Amino acid sequence: MSNPTTAKKPNFESVLKPLLEVKSLTKKFGDFVANASIDLVLEAGNIHALLGENGAGKSTLVKMIYGALQPTAGQIVWQGQTVTIENPAAARDLGIGMVFQHFSLFEALTVTENISLALPPHLRTQDLEERIANLSEDYGLPLNPRALVVDLSVGERQRIEIVRCLLQEPRLLIMDEPTAVLTPQEAQALFTTLRRLADEGCAVLYISHRLEEVKQLCHDATILRLGKVVAQLDPQQETPGTLAQHMVGSSVHAVSRQENNQAGDTLLQLTNLYQRADTPFGVDLVDLNLEVRSGEIVAIAGVAGNGQGELFSALSGEVTNRDAAAISIQGQTCGHTGINGRRQLQAAFVPEERNGHSAIGNFSLTENILLSRHAVADDQPPLHQGWVGIKRAELTKVNTKVASQYDVRSASIDAEAGSLSGGNLQKFVVGRELDRQPKVLIINQPTWGVDAGAAALIRQALIDLSRQGSAILVISQDLDEIFELADRVAVISRGQLSSSYQASAISREEIGLLMSQEKSAPNLEAIAQGSS
Amino acid sequence: MQLILEKRPQASSLMYFSSPLLAIFFTVILGGLIFAAMGQPPLRALYLYFIDPITNLWSIEEVLVKATPLILIGVGLAVTFRANVWNIGAEGQLTAGALMGSIIPILFTSWQSPLALFCMLVMGMIGGALLAAIPALLKVRFGVNEILTSLMLVYVVHLLLDWLVRGPWKDPFGYNFPKSIGFDDWHLLPTFGDGRVHLGLVIAIIIAFILYWVMTRTIKGFEVRVIGAAPRAGAFAGFSQAKMVWFCFLLSGGLAGLAGIVEVAGTIGQLQPNISPNYGFTAIIVAFLGRLNPVGVIFAGLLLAVSYIGGEGVQIELGMSDKTTQVFQGMLLFFILMCDTLIHYRLRFLKGNGGQL
Repeated sequence: MSNPTTAKKPNFESVLKPLLEVKSLTKKFGDFVANASIDLVLEAGNIHALLGENGAGKSTLVKMIYGALQPTAGQIVWQGQTVTIENPAAARDLGIGMVFQHFSLFEALTVTENISLALPPHLRTQDLEERIANLSEDYGLPLNPRALVVDLSVGERQRIEIVRCLLQEPRLLIMDEPTAVLTPQEAQALFTTLRRLADEGCAVLYISHRLEEVKQLCHDATILRLGKVVAQLDPQQETPGTLAQHMVGSSVHAVSRQENNQAGDTLLQLTNLYQRADTPFGVDLVDLNLEVRSGEIVAIAGVAGNGQGELFSALSGEVTNRDAAAISIQGQTCGHTGINGRRQLQAAFVPEERNGHSAIGNFSLTENILLSRHAVADDQPPLHQGWVGIKRAELTKVNTKVASQYDVRSASIDAEAGSLSGGNLQKFVVGRELDRQPKVLIINQPTWGVDAGAAALIRQALIDLSRQGSAILVISQDLDEIFELADRVAVISRGQLSSSYQASAISREEIGLLMSQEKSAPNLEAIAQGSS
Repeated sequence: MQLILEKRPQASSLMYFSSPLLAIFFTVILGGLIFAAMGQPPLRALYLYFIDPITNLWSIEEVLVKATPLILIGVGLAVTFRANVWNIGAEGQLTAGALMGSIIPILFTSWQSPLALFCMLVMGMIGGALLAAIPALLKVRFGVNEILTSLMLVYVVHLLLDWLVRGPWKDPFGYNFPKSIGFDDWHLLPTFGDGRVHLGLVIAIIIAFILYWVMTRTIKGFEVRVIGAAPRAGAFAGFSQAKMVWFCFLLSGGLAGLAGIVEVAGTIGQLQPNISPNYGFTAIIVAFLGRLNPVGVIFAGLLLAVSYIGGEGVQIELGMSDKTTQVFQGMLLFFILMCDTLIHYRLRFLKGNGGQL
């Protein structure tokens, strides 16, 4: 297929000079030095990794390159010329595109409308929708240009941002933790896209803390720690272990898991669960059956946008089911029961999105504890009684306990949730639920966008809880995580769930096949029965 | 040189509290300029507008009288807006409350007991809440935008009042003026001393403090704040968005209705075609100026009440139009919304040839 937007002009000037040179770039926020005299050289056609823990200064550095922040000192040299990049529009004019970790999309608009808004006028042509479809297919980034963003998964939203950048034919593409939301297959497809871009002469600045993929994909790597460059090296010559040591300055704690041999009672059961999506582009759940027993972790693998969000809503009770018997927790049918009724059956829930779903950014941490625990039965003493008695002292105690037990680091003990880094907020959110010692835990994307240290802590905590006899259901798109955690694995695809398999007896390739498996068209009659 | 708005990393709590003061400052400056442009001495006009109303006893009383409905409606709206529910029709709910509460003094004139007055207040609340239930129902059942429906109902109920006082409820001995009979003493709110300040002010302040306590200390207030800040987190906490819409409309509608009957039974003493100089709309400004905080609303209500009296003052002393009040109130709302931007953003000057290379 011919695709005019991907054709590249040959890049003569870059043969002589590096595409981008960053010279002793410094950024201070008040007294805090986020970036201290950073040097970085990017060559056309190279994929350059930028590595570092959360808070190491990666985002600050790329925001300066992208014009979203202005450096305090230092120079940015673009193709041999010193430039001041006033704003992202100026960066885009130079040929710098960026895919952010948190997307800035209008949820009420379609894919095409969102992309159109971000494009300069001369690229807003009549055939934009067709070009988006072509480009996304060409680069292996499947997208429905007419879908509303609100109905799309995180993975699909990322594809919008990538396609938007590619439409502007960037010379340098900055990717901020792109695979944080992708499965290995999706990640591999993305790598193919990025390699192809590099072959066409585009430079890629690839921010990540997933070391395996950096080793697999990148030509060079710059490692930041506490705002300084601590190493510049060739990732091919390193092991993930040595890269990690550079990143954290010490070796990373590995998650330990003992095999679980005893099969306990069934604590969570799905029986012919049907759930119609409540939005036009959502995924209907069709005839899901699963049981999770005491002492085991069952993982649900799947590519983003195959019904994971709908499954979480159905299991948590944020959306109730018409069929009471479809879901039972600790032997009690609870399809009709709302989220707090299910919490009273000793279940706990951790959604995927931290900002505005599992936590509220401008509320204090103690208030965020009240958010999910104001109506649970198993808090002794209760955190809230009647319609008056919010027990502030108890909330503070719980908050202090969660902070120390789950290593939640914040400026002050009762800081606003929004001031915590992603990893610390996730530790808080998970710790808030685990502190209850729930018998059933349902957790969606437990370590999305979280640094290696926090991820290891969260995974270990999940394993420890299951070994104390709780039943845990993990919905995840990260196969490394699934193999680290799960006793059994099932795969969700187009709203249908495969049978479950022992994690030790199934390979990544087999899971990949289940993910992409075409099943028979959903049995609509059965859905109608289930929801009437 | 280029001026840009830059998002603050964290909302500024300094701006949160100083924004209303800044807005008042800008309103005074621009108001002075407008007075000057109209050929009036700006300082004298501003003095008459803002200071003179609080320099003698009768006008202070008048400020308190005007503040009463503003506070009653404003506290309800403060809670409602906090939950991201937009009841714009308090003016109509005020009228509905006045109508419903006036059934007793007009149709059951002979029922003379303290209980009658109490029932009037309760019926006023029910009247306002009933009218507010219409946009709530439409919003919850059909997803109709509550801003439009609540606003449009204002004009419906105004016409109902107009018809009643010119028709069935017209005072038969009133020389054909469009007025109801004057209320019996049993059906009027007690006043303080010989003045015009009535029990309604006390009720308004008590309700403001109760709602302050509800918002800061109870789970209901927590629910309002959670749903207003993040609806999905509200669902995660097990709070129902639909119930919140009902709660907010019934609360704010009921309080607007109470303001209506309090105004009729406390200040006017009868029904007439005009019972409110747009208190229901002005209370929107009161709610925002009071930072959507029920105690803040008390102060904001007093300030906006001054603007009514000041408007009358410049009308009498300088012969200016009675629209002056509306201009000032409009400027005030405009500047509050403008200054509120600075809570989340800061102004920054970019040097040189912005963006060009």
